[in-house]
Amino acid sequence: MLNTPSAPTKTKISTKDLNFYYGKFHALKNINLEIPENKVTAFIGPSGCGKSTLLRVFNRMFELYPEQRAEGQIMLDGENLLTSKEDVALLRAKVGMVFQKPTPFPMSIFDNIAFGVKLFESLNATEMEERVEWALRKSALWGEVKDKLQQSGSSLSGGQQQRLCIARGIAIKPEVLLLDEPCSALDPISTAKVEELIVELKSDYTVVIVTHNMQQAARCSDFTAYMYLGDLVEFGSTEQMFFKPTRKETEDYITGRFG
Amino acid sequence: MVDKHLSTQFDSELTSVSSQVMELGGLVESQIRRAIFALSQFSVEVANEVTANEARVNAMEIEIDRDLSSIIARRQPTARDLRLLIAISKTTANLERVGDEAEKIARMVRSIIQSGSPRSLPSLELRVAADLASGLLNKALDAFARLDVSAAVAILKEDDLIDAEFDGFVRKLITYMMEDPRMISPSLDLLFLAKAIERIGDHAKNIAEFIIYVVKGEDVRHTSMENIESVVK
Repeated sequence: MLNTPSAPTKTKISTKDLNFYYGKFHALKNINLEIPENKVTAFIGPSGCGKSTLLRVFNRMFELYPEQRAEGQIMLDGENLLTSKEDVALLRAKVGMVFQKPTPFPMSIFDNIAFGVKLFESLNATEMEERVEWALRKSALWGEVKDKLQQSGSSLSGGQQQRLCIARGIAIKPEVLLLDEPCSALDPISTAKVEELIVELKSDYTVVIVTHNMQQAARCSDFTAYMYLGDLVEFGSTEQMFFKPTRKETEDYITGRFG
Repeated sequence: MVDKHLSTQFDSELTSVSSQVMELGGLVESQIRRAIFALSQFSVEVANEVTANEARVNAMEIEIDRDLSSIIARRQPTARDLRLLIAISKTTANLERVGDEAEKIARMVRSIIQSGSPRSLPSLELRVAADLASGLLNKALDAFARLDVSAAVAILKEDDLIDAEFDGFVRKLITYMMEDPRMISPSLDLLFLAKAIERIGDHAKNIAEFIIYVVKGEDVRHTSMENIESVVK
């Protein structure tokens, strides 16, 4: 099926009156947001605005901590994640996440990728090799590691490790990929490679990225959400947000007038 | 700009490039005034002076463009800042063209004087249009300095007056040339001169459109007055 650019965008994740609390602290306030399918959506805003919190709610990462709770709705393909009885591991297979610091497992490059796949699928050796190669190619790392798949993942450079984590994230074929400041520890060349990758990934996945680097949001996202103190201030196409934001707060932040 | 950036250096760069544009605007305005003065006094010296100053206008255009490129390269401006810098760049180009028109007027003045019969030409009426045009440019620069959208709209309307003056003048010149074919050559010079004045009004109008672009984020070029009024509302 052809994916024509004019085709209307479908919503992948939508939140309705989403509130989030760290104990007594109200970290997200009535967030209503629709994240379009097969697009890159960026969350920007100053530290503590709730952008990473929002990202982490999308795969229920907060459930690891008893004092944290979410109220409201997060619909993923029409099902409310917050009331879903679905196993959280299955959810995280559907909604993968890559963190700020590269987190390779202490095992070989090959096993770093195969590990997650084994949890959800039973592939034979050939199928697994194909899957690992596919994920590494998709994350633009194959050429650099194909001759050393048995070496430890931590022997790679920071930029390579981050691409390995992205490869691991996509190897289980998720539907949504959440990236939490994926480039903040990387040099400009590795950053450029990851950004290239993000743009490529959107044809297969819905990508949500949290970034402190506004130019990065401008470069690689289709939609941008500006958050401040737990509120979603403005959400719109990246072009509109960076050229003519509607809210003065957004304009002050992206032009560097935030005081 | 009203609000300050976190980076005071960025603020001072924007202020500096804005004031350079104003300085260029002032120079260009004085070029027009001198060129019109040369026409009214039939003064070759003043006309030559205008021609000599043209180099300064060109040099300032280059300097402003260089500073703009540097700001864009180092600051990656967005939103209103980006629109301001684009508008400054385009305003600078328009001002440089106004400078060219002033130089063209000076050239025509010399040519009319050399034709030997300058005083029998209807040049007086051109001065009305010239005053309108240079007044309009002055208002445009003033509105740009204050980013005053309603003043910009007034300028867009006023440019129509200059266009009407120009049309009237052309009709008059035609009768003039029909009455005395010996006056055709100097009359053509005068026609080019009138055209130069009319173009100055157009440049002022362009600058007014950039003001709306900076403040409202809407490109109102080549649109109707109804559209413009709905944008600035």
